[in-house]
Amino acid sequence: MPQDVSINAKNLTKYFTIKMGFFSSLLSKSIPVVHAVDDVSFDIERDEILGLVGESGCGKTTTGRLLLRLIEPTAGEVHFKGFEVTAADEHEMRRLRQKMQIIFQDPYESLNPRMSIFDIIAEPLRIQKIVDSPREVRKRVVEVLEDLEMTPPEEYIYRFPHELSGGQRQRVAIARAFVIRPEFLVADEPVSMLDASIRSEVLDLLLGLVRKYHSSFLYITHDIALARYICDRIGVMYLGKIVERGPTEDVILKPLHPYTEALISAVPVPDPTAKRSDIVLKGEVPSAVNPPPGCRFHTRCPYAMKICREKEPEFTEIEENRYLACHKYAS
Amino acid sequence: MPLMEVQNLKMYFETLRGHVKAVDDVSFNVHKGDSLGLAGESGCGKTSTALAILRLLPWNGEIIGGSILFDDVDLVKLGQERFRQEFRWKRISAIFQGAMNALHPTMRIGDQIAESITTHESVGKKEALERVAKLLDLVGIGASRIDRYPHELSGGMKQRTVTAMSLACNPDLIIADEPTTALDVIVRAQVLKVMRELQHKLNLSLIIISHDLSMLAETCNRIAIMYAGTIVECGDVVAIFKEPLHPYTKKLLGAFPSVIGEKKELSAIHGFPPDLLNPPTGCRFHPRCSYATDVCRTEDPKMVEADSSEHRVACHLVGV
Repeated sequence: MPQDVSINAKNLTKYFTIKMGFFSSLLSKSIPVVHAVDDVSFDIERDEILGLVGESGCGKTTTGRLLLRLIEPTAGEVHFKGFEVTAADEHEMRRLRQKMQIIFQDPYESLNPRMSIFDIIAEPLRIQKIVDSPREVRKRVVEVLEDLEMTPPEEYIYRFPHELSGGQRQRVAIARAFVIRPEFLVADEPVSMLDASIRSEVLDLLLGLVRKYHSSFLYITHDIALARYICDRIGVMYLGKIVERGPTEDVILKPLHPYTEALISAVPVPDPTAKRSDIVLKGEVPSAVNPPPGCRFHTRCPYAMKICREKEPEFTEIEENRYLACHKYAS
Repeated sequence: MPLMEVQNLKMYFETLRGHVKAVDDVSFNVHKGDSLGLAGESGCGKTSTALAILRLLPWNGEIIGGSILFDDVDLVKLGQERFRQEFRWKRISAIFQGAMNALHPTMRIGDQIAESITTHESVGKKEALERVAKLLDLVGIGASRIDRYPHELSGGMKQRTVTAMSLACNPDLIIADEPTTALDVIVRAQVLKVMRELQHKLNLSLIIISHDLSMLAETCNRIAIMYAGTIVECGDVVAIFKEPLHPYTKKLLGAFPSVIGEKKELSAIHGFPPDLLNPPTGCRFHPRCSYATDVCRTEDPKMVEADSSEHRVACHLVGV
């Protein structure tokens, strides 16, 4: 494994079992499972931002949680700087968590309403016992707030979440993640709740911190247009699998997988005169309980061939740095 | 002559701390066959404008002034009961934000749509259901699904169900408030395609309320940009997107990413939208505007015609 790889996921798989009623569990032979994430592999280098895009239910959030081991994988491994996260015991896990953080989507729900901004941001420092003296804690909290342009910090640290606007709250959530200077960060739709006019400001501040601490960053989003402005590389997920992965501009301007192509053409652009292809996929994403055999996209794919229904396409490098799982390009 | 003419509409909410000026001096027209996009950030008064037109204001909201001329009838002066009988749903219907999640869970979708017909028109249930079947075909759900319950439908289907419901009494105007925000990209594209086709087929007028300018760019032919309870700029969709005049419109457009063309830097508007209890004096955007001068701080900018009679803007810096 190269030195600069920070996080590495290998054949990561997560099946959720479905809770059944007593009688149906007597009658059915097997327990149905949701194939949330199925055999997903990728790595993120130091200082790199990988975007995971896809529609809701495609498994992108589950992948993010698996990387941090907030949920246990069904199969597969996660390595963080060469250390196997998925095999770590409780003690080791605690140490690893000092270097990993997550930012959630909704700043209205992810902040404890009864804690002051200071306590919210200082909590990771206290739990992880990273700094000891109260003076040091305060210094770190003030510093991270200044980085997020919440100045003067004294004006904010005694407030409570309900006294802040949505944008300010999300900055607090970002501050809480960065106060321990994480080497790996997962952000799950960090700005989708914010208005367009303040979204880019918050994103800029977030990216500034990612660069400052040279973190590896997994950016999870459904908004492929916004991902274009943030990510170095993009992975497109469909029904628990990554179908295409490559450098952001290549994937967006020259998509290869039919799903990526359809996804991008469905994104509206802020230009009424733009000429765009009018491919609108029919139907909806099939159930992840019984994913279609072969290529999971074949039921909606305009180019589906016989082989797509029978054999699952392999995820291979077809150009430099571009990975794809599609039979169309296999031959 | 426009189908609907909103003139100097003012709607305030009464609160313990004073009047919240949610809609303050808003004027715009909707012509037959128009689709007008009402855009702006959350809290700028888009939904309040829609609720004022539909006369569905909460108890503390009141129309203080202005008029809404619909086919020469001033809806503001109309009694609540007459409005309900003659206009709501028959002439002006709506697709509310999150309506797809408000479908009755234990009623078949056919019955729910039929209910909106039998409530407003004197037709029997059987005839209503026949019309519902046609509507379901029209929105692409298919008449065969008339007996389904909402939980049996996907998000996109439920959104089409409420679209069918808004069409139930053949209205002239439909107000759609964030009709696609809860949907995924591809499903959203499907629903918008259906709406565009319906609009052409039935020669409908639409007001689409959304914060998503990209979506409005693809669906509307006219755009009105709202900020802090007022319309700051309105005009033809191409004029607004290609030659925006108001500094707010320019900044807001620059904040939207695109998947085509060259990658440009995204702009941000520093600061926050103002408190509508005490909006700033003069131009309401001046605290966040980088071009603000003294006159912006003191005087209200008037809506003036820019390059054409259709493209209007309220900014002191335009046409000086």
